[in-house]
Amino acid sequence: MSEEVQIDQEVYDRLIAGGTSERIARAKAKAASVRKAKIAEGQTLGPRPAEQASQALEQFRSSQGSGGGGVATKTAADDAGTSGGRLTPEERSARVAASLGGGNGDASIGVPTSGQHTHRLLALVPPAGIQQVQSKQMDKVYTWPHLLLVEFVALLAVGSLLLVASFFLDAPLGSLANPNEVPAINKAPWYFMGLQELLRYFHPMVAGVTLPGVAVVLLMAIPYLDKNPSARPENRKVANLAFTFFMTFWGILVIIGSFLRGAGYEWVWPWTQGLGFTL
Amino acid sequence: MARKPPSFSDVKANVQDNVIWKSIFRPGSIYRKGYRDTSRDRALAAMNNVLYHLHPVKVKRHGLKLTYTYCLGGLSFFLFILLTITGIFLMFFYTPAAGAGTEIAYANMRDISASVTFGNLVRNLHRWGAHAMVFTVFLHMARVFYHGAYKPPREFNWVVGVILLLLTLLLSFTGYLLPWDQLALWAVTVGTNMMGYTPVFGDQVQFVLLGGVTIGPSTLLRWYVLHVLFIPFITVIFLAVHFWRIRKDGGISGPL
Repeated sequence: MSEEVQIDQEVYDRLIAGGTSERIARAKAKAASVRKAKIAEGQTLGPRPAEQASQALEQFRSSQGSGGGGVATKTAADDAGTSGGRLTPEERSARVAASLGGGNGDASIGVPTSGQHTHRLLALVPPAGIQQVQSKQMDKVYTWPHLLLVEFVALLAVGSLLLVASFFLDAPLGSLANPNEVPAINKAPWYFMGLQELLRYFHPMVAGVTLPGVAVVLLMAIPYLDKNPSARPENRKVANLAFTFFMTFWGILVIIGSFLRGAGYEWVWPWTQGLGFTL
Repeated sequence: MARKPPSFSDVKANVQDNVIWKSIFRPGSIYRKGYRDTSRDRALAAMNNVLYHLHPVKVKRHGLKLTYTYCLGGLSFFLFILLTITGIFLMFFYTPAAGAGTEIAYANMRDISASVTFGNLVRNLHRWGAHAMVFTVFLHMARVFYHGAYKPPREFNWVVGVILLLLTLLLSFTGYLLPWDQLALWAVTVGTNMMGYTPVFGDQVQFVLLGGVTIGPSTLLRWYVLHVLFIPFITVIFLAVHFWRIRKDGGISGPL
């Protein structure tokens, strides 16, 4: 800033009287005086109308190669009007040269002309070339320390719970395996008790192979069967109900198998013969 | 001339400020000298650490809420690690050998419980940890279902997850036989009899799994190898795909 800009006193007084703050009133008054001076010089102010911009491009095109001089205005509307909305490489380089003031020495954007050492402009991107990505900004936090802290506490909690359980509860160890001595109560681990309970009602091939096979395939197919795009519970009552139903059904089978079956896999109440169940 | 002993912070600064220490901890590590609580160092802590870089630098805020994920996936993985560590410990004291007159596997189990230092505790941890893992994996699946987190683009990761559930069950089940007690023998008899009913190749499947026509010493060896090597190996591969897909599919699912 070499020269001090005059303040348009009239504008300043009016703004102050209107309650505008001193700083803003001063800035606006300065701008008003600059505007006045430019109008007095005969310049037109404000954004250039679109037709004037396309006129400038036409003018540049007709004189390309010799350097249009100061034609840097380029809009998506212009692009759309020309063949395929694109400039030829020659047009583009000529336009860059023109906008840099090459040819007639008029540095329109203040960049030194060729011959002087300067940084190169990497690219000029036409507005049509900018991809508009419309996605909602996610509320994100740093993994360290926020998430890692939560995970560490969860890990400590479960780890210590297991340690305490392991300190007080001993894992079962029965008598030595003996293929000739069939125990009265013969059960699979609890997570397979559902299957064993099914064996009670169906032929082993159905209970042991067909039903679990179908269940696993169906489980894997869930994302491909459920075409409902919504994840809100109120929009997926059928899915939630079906899943809950099957999980409850399975849970009941496991509970019956684990706690309500005794010798010979017959129904017993746990308070008559005790729990026929080992973890 | 009596020198004042160096303070703890001096020693710490000196230990952390040398070529060897700095070569171990990458920039941004909280163990490195000059870690500051800035955005840059927080980002580097996640990016530059082999244990943390499963995570992205930033996570969605709702992912921190305990009542969103309940940490179930992470806890399943933690239990898997815990079971690996305790399992390796048990492998030092266990021989998968059984047979008339030489019941080494069962004798080893008694030794682990009675004479090995911390043997009983580690065995208990391994056993209860296995049950806990089956449970957390199952709950994790339920959580993912109720959040609809398997919806596009995460469909395939659900499939990988179901495979991991099956692998978890198999890992647990193959470990069931190893104590070589009555409980193990007859529980596995129930299971393998069921597999024998597979159509077309049921008998062959049963023969391969048992290493014969009935449960015997070769069954124990086979299930030991399945339990400590084969299934963990497959599981690790699927775990890698599972975690990788979480990142590639855009992190954990969004709120409901």
